[in-house]
Formats: sequence, structure tokens, C-alpha cells
Amino acid sequence: MELLDHLALGFATALSWQNLAYAFTGCLLGTLIGVLPGLGPVPTIAMLLPITYALPPTSALIMLASIYYGAQYGGSTTAILVKLPGESSSAVTLIDGHAMATQGRAGPALATAAIASFFAGCVGVLLLAAFAAPLAEMAFKFGPAEYFSLMLLGLVGAVALSSESLDVSLGMIAIGILLGLVGTDVNSGTVRLAFEIPQLMEGIEFTCLAMGLFGVAEIVANLEMQKTTGTTAVAPIASLMPTREDVRRMTPSILRGTALGSALGILPGAGVTISAFSAYTLEKKLSSRSAEMGHGAIEGVAAPEAANNAAAQTNFIPLLTLGVPGSAVMALMLGAMTIHNIQPGPQVMTSHPALFWGLIASMWIGNLILVVLNLPLIGLWVRLLKVPYRLLYPAILVFCCVGVYSIQNSVADVFLVAGFGVAGYLFGKLSISPVPLLLGFVLGPMMETSFRRTLMVARGDFSVFVTRPISLGLLIATALLIVLALAPAIRRKRAVVLAEAQA
Amino acid sequence: MYPRSEKRLATGLLYLLLGAGTSLLASGYPMGTPARIGPGYFPFWLGLLLAALGLSITVRAYAARAPREKLERWDFKSLSWMTGSVVLFGVMLKPLGLVLAIATLVVVASRASHEFTWRGALANAAVMVVLIVGAFVYGLGLPFSLWPAFLD
Repeated sequence: MELLDHLALGFATALSWQNLAYAFTGCLLGTLIGVLPGLGPVPTIAMLLPITYALPPTSALIMLASIYYGAQYGGSTTAILVKLPGESSSAVTLIDGHAMATQGRAGPALATAAIASFFAGCVGVLLLAAFAAPLAEMAFKFGPAEYFSLMLLGLVGAVALSSESLDVSLGMIAIGILLGLVGTDVNSGTVRLAFEIPQLMEGIEFTCLAMGLFGVAEIVANLEMQKTTGTTAVAPIASLMPTREDVRRMTPSILRGTALGSALGILPGAGVTISAFSAYTLEKKLSSRSAEMGHGAIEGVAAPEAANNAAAQTNFIPLLTLGVPGSAVMALMLGAMTIHNIQPGPQVMTSHPALFWGLIASMWIGNLILVVLNLPLIGLWVRLLKVPYRLLYPAILVFCCVGVYSIQNSVADVFLVAGFGVAGYLFGKLSISPVPLLLGFVLGPMMETSFRRTLMVARGDFSVFVTRPISLGLLIATALLIVLALAPAIRRKRAVVLAEAQA
Repeated sequence: MYPRSEKRLATGLLYLLLGAGTSLLASGYPMGTPARIGPGYFPFWLGLLLAALGLSITVRAYAARAPREKLERWDFKSLSWMTGSVVLFGVMLKPLGLVLAIATLVVVASRASHEFTWRGALANAAVMVVLIVGAFVYGLGLPFSLWPAFLD
């Protein structure tokens, strides 16, 4: 068995005591920094990257990968406890996760996230080991037309089955894409939609947008609620661990999320984000508890967390096999590899087998360390919620501001947070969810690029989107979702008309 | 004519305004040809799409099946203290240093709560200064100047 030989080599590399120590340190540092509001995996890795320069290449990559998992998990913790997504993939977890926290079920929500992540991570690693080579072949078949259609499906899928009206959510996606386009256009060098503000030339930082829309706006909304009700937003904590009923409910969701995440994570682009959103949408469609989704259903935490973790593993496939970074995190990993004189691409598997398989084995070990590290820490994190809100929210704000500033040492980014805070408050007052905006913001620039490339290759022939079979299939699925979303509205309209006719 | 849903009307008008404004701005950039799309193409059509969605939402705000919704009142006091504290942090950070900027941020932001007390806010500010300086400046080694520039 070639696979077993490979895995044996991998584990032999990853289980050396130095590499274990680096994996543990990475997970710990990643979790500690990632749990701070405003610091997702990307700034965390960027900040800690210099520490790994002095290490041997394999250890450096193992440590970076561990920091990534730690930060990803830490980000979910913040999303659940204080409703702040550190990055786009935890933006769906917070919907049900935070609802659970306000009902006093923060412990089970965090435990579910840990368990779902661990299970999905294990499956993802196995898939990565077994299918790295054949899957790379499949990724080759995806041209820009397929990517465009896939992203369109991801965007529409994320909002089509939500309870909000479709046109309002689609508008939020459009606003998000437009915000994503602000700054210098990579193809022509034209500065777009920047209102002559030099700080906007390089575009808007994701963290600014997320911290403003969710951080500042959410705090003001909470304070307002407290003034009228006089109570804190969070109910007392009932128990820390999930009940047997919780485990029974989360299992199918974890399985579905894992399957979806593993499949979507392979695709370069926003695989991790799309998979979390799609898993949530799928869960809403398939789960028997779909009515509870959005109001603190454990399925709404389990599925997206499983999906984004499975995707986080399979996301390494395009990097390790094609040398194409699938996300900002992978771009940083690519940078780290080149610093250590390793040319990413199909040849890594053969030229550096110990590094390749060691990294894969360390991913599994990293996932294990994460669970061992975090299950006992849940009690500590949950205790954060007991801090009176009048002391907690200024602290959250400080972390947001310092974190946002330190990403590019830019005061302008701090002002942007204030601006997006007002925008987020406005959206809240209009009862619009800003989550689709965030998704559009992440995918927008990539959509434009693949749209451009597609038409360039097809010499301006728009029919290319429907003549390529995979692209056509994705577009048909998108159209079906829109029809599905509109169907109940049509039914409701008829019901209203009928009711009025009878009255 | 009065809309059934004030929220939808406001949303629709907001989208309409943002969409039309973007398209107008984008029409100033080169559109290119289908084979070689210019920087104006994507934002222009996206702006139009947004405006069209806005128009549809505006019209539907009057529809018989629109929910009856009034606009909610804004809590301008909390909002101003909060955004004001963030802006102040940005303004103070470079000339006056991290310590004063954080302390001001915490105290001003604390005013947004109806449970504000000077003692609580000042104690919180002190804790946050120690925590942030310890974690970010000494722990992670981020390049912040701690004190006002004229003291160095």
C-alpha cells in the first residue's frame, strides 16, 4: 500500500518531538490570537510568520498550519460568544452560534464547533492524503467560466433559502461586490470608486468591514436593547457540554457539512467560505429542525463548522498539487514555502516527500491538539460572557481598533471601521442582514477576474458560460435556486389574495 | 401615497441611490469591449442591477402583501459615543501614542452605556492599557509608539 507508506513517513516526520512541540505551540498561539475579536487567521499568520523563518522548512510549515487551525477555531469562538466574525467563513456560524450563546448554551455551541471541526478535519486529511493526485486532475478541468458560475451559485445559494426577501439579499450581495471592487483595478491600473482618497487605493480591508458591520453596529444595537429591557443580552449558562440529544442532532449535520466542505474546498477561490455558506443553506433545506435555524439550532453550528474545517484541509490540495493558492491563508503559506526555497507545485510530493506527507500527518495531529486544548478551555471562554457588558464592550472595541490598525499600520482603516459601523447600524434598523454583503465582498473581485478571463479566452462570446457543460450545470442550479426561493412568495401572495377575497 | 412598509421603501431608495451613483461613477471609467473588458464594465452593470433591485423593492413597499412596518427610532446618543470613540482613537493614535488613545477610547465608548460610571470606565481603561501594551507591544512586538511624540 503506497498510501500507508506515505502516511507512515508522514507520521514519522510529524511525531518527532520538535515537530509535535511546534504543532502544539502553533495551535496555542493561533487560538489565543484568533480568539481576539478582529484577528482572523490571515492577520494571525501574517503576524507570526517571521517567528517561523528560523525553523527548518518542515517544522515551519507544520507550525504555520497549526496556527491556521488554531486561529480558525479561535475565530469561531469569538463569532459564537460576541458575534464578531474574524473572517468570512465564520460569518454563518455566528447566526445560530450566537443565538445559542444568548440562550445560555454557549458551552454546547463551542463544544459542537470543536467536535464538528475535529471530525471534519480528520476526514479532510484522509481525503487529502488519498486523493491529492487524482483531485488535482479534476481541478484542472475548471476554467474561469466554471469558477464564475460556481461563485454565482455560491452567492445565490447563500441567500436563496434564507427567510429574507430575495431582492433585498441580492442587493446586499451587489453592494458587497462593489465594495470589493473599490481600489486599484489589477488589470488596467485604474483606481475605481475610491473618491480620490489615497488610503482607498489598495482597496478595503476585510477586517475593517467585518468589525464595523458586526462589531460597532452590534454593540450599539445591544446597548439600545439594554436601555429598553434593562437586562443583559446573554442568559445564564446552563451546561458546558452538549447533551445526548444535542449529539444526536448534530451528527447528520456534521456528516453533511463534512462531505460538502471536502468537495468545495478543493476549488481554488473562496472554497472555505462558500462551503460554510452552502452547508448552512443545505442544512436549512434538509434538516428536520430547519424552522429553528437562525434561532439557536445546533445544526446551524455543526454543519458550517464541519464544512469550513473540511474545506480548510482540502484547500491545501490546489496549493500542494498545483501551486495555486486557494485563499489568502494559502497565499501566505505559499509565501512561507518560497522563503524556504521550496517551489510549490506537483513536484513537492516527489521532491520533498517528508515535507509533503509530514505536513499532511501534522494536520491530523493539529486537529487532535486543537480538541484536547479547547474542550477544557470552553469553561474559560464562556466565563468571558459573565463579564458585565458595560466593561466587555469597550474592551471588544479596543481589540477591534488595535487589531485593525496593526494589519497595515493605517489610521484610515480605523476610520473605516467607524463608517461601516454606522452603515451596519442602518442595515440593522432596516432589518437587513449584512452577511450577504460580506460574502459578496470576498467573492466579488474573484468573480470579476474570472468573468474577464472567460470572455478574453472566448473573444467576447457570452455564450461560453452555457456551452461549457460544467458551467451550464452550475448556472442551471443557480436558476433553480432562484425559482425555489420565489415559489413560496408566489404561494403566499395567492394565499393573501384568497384571504382578502373571502373577507 | 403612503407605503405599507416604511423599511422596504427606505431600503429600496437606498439601493436605488447607491446603484445609480455607482453606475454614474463607473461610466467615467473605460468600458472596454466584451473580449477585453474595461474597469468600468463590471461596476457599471452591477450598479444598474442594484438600482433595478432598489426600484423593485420600492414598488413592493406599497404592495398589499408588504408587511406593515414603521421605521425604527435611532439611538443617536449611543451611536455617536461609539463611533466618536473609534474616530478619536484614530485621530489620537499617531500624535499622542497608544496609551492615551486606548484610555480615551475606553472612557468615551463607555459613555454609550446607560450604566456608565467614571470609576468603572477608568478602571477598565487601565486594565485594557496594560493588557494591550503587554500582548501587542511586548508580546507580539508590534511597532506602536506608547507615549505622545513630543515626550520622546
